[in-house]
Amino acid sequence: MLYGYVLKLARKNMLRHRLRTGLTLAGIAIAIVSFGLLRTVVDSWYAGAELGSSGRLITRSEASLSFPLPATYSERIRKVPGVRSVTFANWFGGIYIDEKNFFAQFAVDAQSYFDLYPEFRVAPAELADFKRDRRGAIVGRKLAKKYGWKVGDQVPLRGTIYPGNWSFTIRGIYQGADDKTDENQFLMHWHYVNETIKALLPSLADKVGVFIVDIRDPAQAAAVSAAIDSSFKNSLAETRTETQKAFQLGFIAMVDTILLAIQTVAYVVVLIIMAVMANTMAMAARERMREYATLKALGFSDGFVSLLIFGESLALSLAGGLLGILLTFPAAASFFRATRDLFVVFEVRPETVLLQLGSAVLIGLCAALAPALNSRRIRIVDGLRAVT
Amino acid sequence: MSAPLGSGLSLAYVARNLIARKLTTLLTAAGMALVVFVFATVLMMAEGLRQTLGGTGSYNNLVIIRQGSQTEVQSTITREQANMVESLPGLASGAGGQARITREVLVLVNMPRKDGKGLANVVVRGTTPVGIEMRPQVKITAGSLFRPGSSEVVVGSAMARGKVGLKIGDRLSFGLREWTVVGVFDAGGSGFDSEIWGDSEQMMQAFRRQAYSSLVVGLRDAGSYALFDEALQRQPQLKLDTKREVQFYADQSENLANFISILGQTITIIFSLGAIIGAMITMYASVANRTREIGTLRALGFRRGNIVMAFLQEAMLLGLVAGVFGLIAAAFMQRVEISTTNVQTFSEVVFRLILTPGIVVEVLLFSVLMGVLGGVLPAVRASRLEIVDALRSV
Repeated sequence: MLYGYVLKLARKNMLRHRLRTGLTLAGIAIAIVSFGLLRTVVDSWYAGAELGSSGRLITRSEASLSFPLPATYSERIRKVPGVRSVTFANWFGGIYIDEKNFFAQFAVDAQSYFDLYPEFRVAPAELADFKRDRRGAIVGRKLAKKYGWKVGDQVPLRGTIYPGNWSFTIRGIYQGADDKTDENQFLMHWHYVNETIKALLPSLADKVGVFIVDIRDPAQAAAVSAAIDSSFKNSLAETRTETQKAFQLGFIAMVDTILLAIQTVAYVVVLIIMAVMANTMAMAARERMREYATLKALGFSDGFVSLLIFGESLALSLAGGLLGILLTFPAAASFFRATRDLFVVFEVRPETVLLQLGSAVLIGLCAALAPALNSRRIRIVDGLRAVT
Repeated sequence: MSAPLGSGLSLAYVARNLIARKLTTLLTAAGMALVVFVFATVLMMAEGLRQTLGGTGSYNNLVIIRQGSQTEVQSTITREQANMVESLPGLASGAGGQARITREVLVLVNMPRKDGKGLANVVVRGTTPVGIEMRPQVKITAGSLFRPGSSEVVVGSAMARGKVGLKIGDRLSFGLREWTVVGVFDAGGSGFDSEIWGDSEQMMQAFRRQAYSSLVVGLRDAGSYALFDEALQRQPQLKLDTKREVQFYADQSENLANFISILGQTITIIFSLGAIIGAMITMYASVANRTREIGTLRALGFRRGNIVMAFLQEAMLLGLVAGVFGLIAAAFMQRVEISTTNVQTFSEVVFRLILTPGIVVEVLLFSVLMGVLGGVLPAVRASRLEIVDALRSV
C-alpha cells in the first residue's frame, strides 16, 4: 500500500520536469549500453579461447613461437602413447594487396589437417580438389565473402616470412560446424611452400610452426603433454605442449593490459553517469525542500520523505537502465557487424545484463543518498522558509 | 536602442553563477572531468608508445632487413650479403678504418611474467661492440657490459623494472645455454629498454643460425643516404630493404598506437554524450532558476545576444574547470608504465604514459567544446524569454 503510493508519487514527480527527466534517462541509457558493450568486448575476446576441442594439444618451440620446429618431430610425436594423430601448420604471414588486409594464413599438411579439424566443413569434392592441387587453397566462408572470392579464383600474396610473390588458387570454401568456428582462415599446402623455399632459403625449409596433436582421452591431456615435451628434452629444439585452450589464452594474456584498461573504463562510465544522476536528484530535492517540510509538518516521518526521494531516484535509474539493457542487444549486433574480423563470437552474456541492472540500482541509490540525508537534517521551519 | 553596457555581461557575473550552486556545479564538473580524464589518458598512452618506439635509434643509422620481411625477427641476411653491404659507399668509418656496421641477430624468447599471467615474448638482440657504440643513448646503469665471446647478457631498464623483472645475477636459459645477466642498461626510455642484449656471434651459435637478422650501418653524414641507397639499388641480387633506424622503429608502433587512439576516441565520444547531457541538465536548471533575473537584465537593456553569450560562457567555464581537474588527475597517470605485446612485432614493449603540451591543449579544447554543446540549447532558451513573462514568473 505504502510502496504503491510512493511509486505513484515518484511517477508524478518525474513528470514535473519532463526535459530534465528525459535527458537523465537518455544519459543513463547511454551509460548502461556502453558499459554492456565494453564488457561484451572483453568477454568475447576471452570467448575465442574457450572454443575448440579440448582433445587437441598444441606443441610448439619452448623458446618462443618465432622458433620453428623440425618437421621430422611429427613421427616422434605420433609414437607417444595416447596420441591418436598429428598434423602441423605454419604461420605464412603474407600480405594480400595491402597490409591493411590482414587475415590468418597457415601452410598446413593437406592430407591430415582437416581430419583434426572436423569443425571446418568442406565439401568432399572441394577437399579432394585441394589435395590434388599443390598451389590450391581453402578459405573460410566469411573471408571469401569479405573479398568476394569464389572457387577457382587466384589470390596473390606477398610473402614476409617466405619471400617472394605467391599465388594460390582457391579450391574450396569451408564452413564452420557452428557459428563459434573461425571462418576467417586461409589454408594452403605446407609441402608446396616448403619446396619452393628450399631452393631460396634452405635455412627456413623443413620447419614447422606448431604441431596439432589429437589425443585419445582428453582427461590425459596433461600426461600426454608432459610425455611429448620430455621426449624432446635437451634436444636442439625443445618443445612446449599445452591444450589448445591454454595456447590461445597465452595469446590473450599478451594483450591483457589493454583488456584491463577496457574493463576499468567500463566502470568509469558508471561513475560519470552517477555524477549526472546525482546532480538531477540534488536539483529536484532542492526545489522541493518546501514540500518536504510541509509533509513533515503534516506528520509524515523522515523515513517517508527519504522513501519518496529514493523511490523517485530508483524509478528513474531503473527506467534508464532497462532502456539501456534493451538497447544493448541491437547495439551489440551492429557492433559485431562493423568489426566482423575481430571477433568470432560476440554475445551479451547474462552476467553482463545482471551487472548492468546492478549498476542501474547502484546509480539510483547513490544519487538519492545526499538529498535524502539532507531532507532529514533540515528543520521544518527552515524548510518552509527555503527559497530556490 | 543600444545596450548600456556594450561589452555584455561581465565574466565575474558568469563565474559567480557557477559558484552560487556549488553542489550542482561540482557534480556536473566531476562527470565531465572523468570523461576528460579518460580522453587524456588514451592520448597519453598513444603518445607514450609513439615516443618510446619513435625515439629508438639514431637518425644517421640505417636498418637493413630482407626485402618484404617488415620486422627484424622475420628477416634473414646471409654473411655474403652482409659483406657486400659493408663495401658500399656512403658509410662512416670506425676507429680502425673499416665501415661502421653491426651484424645483429634478433630472436624472441619466452620469459615468464612476474604476475604469473602467461609468458612475455622478449626481444633478445645479439649485437657487437660497434653496435653499442652506434647507439650512444645506451648507458650501463648497473653492473657491466657483456664481454664479447661470452654467455653474458645485459638487460634493458624496462625489462629490469617491468613485469619481467630481471636482476643482475639472474640466469636465463634459452638456446640450450645458460646466460648470466651482468648488467642493466638505460636507453633513455626508448624501445631498446625493452630488450636483452648479448654477443651476436654467441647468439648465432646458440640458436644454430647461419644468417643474421638485420644489419645496422652508420652513414658518413646526413647527406649520404642517397649515395648509399643508390649503390644498394644497383645490386639487385641483394634484395634488401633499408630504412633510417628512427623511422624503422616508429613504423613498428604504428598499428598499436592507432588501435589505442581509435578505441579510446570511440569510447570518449560515447562517454562525452553522458557528460554533455549532464552539462545540459545543469544549464537548463540554471536558466529556469534565473528566469526573473534574465527578465530584469533584458529590461535593463541587455540584448538577447548578451544573454546567450553569458550562458555560453558559463557552460564553457564549467567545461574548462572540468578540463583542468581531469588533466590534473591525468597528470598523475604519467607514473604508470604499461607492459604489453606489440601486435606488429609480436614482442613485449614497455612504455610510459606521456603528457605533452599538445595533449593539454587538445584536451582543454575538447572539454570546453563539451560545455558549449551542453550549454547552447539552454542559452538559446534563455534568450527567447519575453521580458514581461520572465519578470512575472515565480
